[in-house]
This record gives sequence, C-alpha cells and structure tokens, in this order.
Amino acid sequence: MARSIKKGPFADSHLVEKIEVALREGSRRVVKTWSRRSTIMPQFVGANVMVHNGHKWIPIFITENMVGHKLGEFAPTRTFRGHSGDRKATKK
Amino acid sequence: MARIAGVDLPRNKRIEIALTYIYGIGRGTALKILDKSGVGAAIRTDDLTDDQLASIRSVIESDLKVEGDLRRDVQMNIKRLMDLGCYRGLRHRRGLPVRGQRTHTNARTRKGPKRGTVAAKRKV
Repeated sequence: MARSIKKGPFADSHLVEKIEVALREGSRRVVKTWSRRSTIMPQFVGANVMVHNGHKWIPIFITENMVGHKLGEFAPTRTFRGHSGDRKATKK
Repeated sequence: MARIAGVDLPRNKRIEIALTYIYGIGRGTALKILDKSGVGAAIRTDDLTDDQLASIRSVIESDLKVEGDLRRDVQMNIKRLMDLGCYRGLRHRRGLPVRGQRTHTNARTRKGPKRGTVAAKRKV
C-alpha cells in the first residue's frame, strides 16, 4: 500500500543533514549510508551517495529523475548470474 | 461507420461497449465519456447521429489520452525506469515481474513460455 500523502515523504533526518552539508561543501564529497529506506528528496539532486547493499557500498550520483524513488532501489541486494544448466536450455 | 481516435468501432454493439475497443478506454471511462457528452449508453454504434458522434469525439480529444499517445506514454515511463538504473528498471530489462511477485514458479506472463523442459511431452 502506498504511503499516506498526509505524512509527506520520508527520509532519515541524519542522512538529510549529511547530504545538505556535503552539497554545501562541494559536490566531490561522498556520503556513505545504510539508509536504503530514505526517499530521494529534491534537495539531494547533484549529490554523490554510497548506498549499502548489505555487502558493499554502491556509488550513486543523484539526478533529477531519481527524485521520489528510494535510495535502496539503486543498490541491488542480490546477485544472480544464472543457473548452471541455463546454457543448454537456451540452445534448445 | 464510426471512427474515433483512429479505431473502427464495432457496428452492432452498445456504444458503452464499443468505446472500450479503443486503447485506454474501459467500461468506467466509456460511461464517463457518454455521461459528459450526453449520449445514452444503450444506443448502438450504427444508430448514433453525426452530432452525437462528434460530441463523443470532442470529449475524448479534450479529456483523454488514448491509442498511440497513451502507448507512447507508457513506453516512455518504462524507458525512464530502465535508464534510471533503479530496481524496477532492472526488472523490466530482464523481463521479470516488476512488482515483487514470486519467480520460483509462475511468472510466465513476463518470462514467456517455459523454456528448457524436455522437448514437448507426447500424448499418451
């Protein structure tokens, strides 16, 4: 179910602060975060964020189109390289 | 013959049904259109007067996005997701279900017909 509009978009406040500081200091600053659940806010645009996927940090440059998505959507948590038997199966 | 938004409407169906042959119009939207243009839902397509047809056409043109425009819109939305590199985009790229459905079994609509099974079972 979608989130109530009344509440507005959610982003962890510690993350918002960090990103705002990083943007003020220059776009080279990277923010590492575990906060995959945070919505990307309009003021994040142009920031470099490293989002944790449970294993390592995935670098993401935030563009305007990403606003409204969650950070976690850009750092996949699963690696699937195909099944062992797939090659034979696709040939047939 | 009635032609709306580049689609030929079936001749002998009630107009509320006939309109649903247009991409982007279902039963609900069809009824709304008829309500707004003041045409009865029970009239057959062939029995519509030119005026009625024109008013239906104008309502659709002013209020709705149908057929090619709508299809392009949908494609653009999917393309946006794919270019963005977000999870939903990745799922579209791989042709897998986008909304968190299981893929262990089922998901055949997205994945297509079964591949790699023992070549077509023979009838016993």
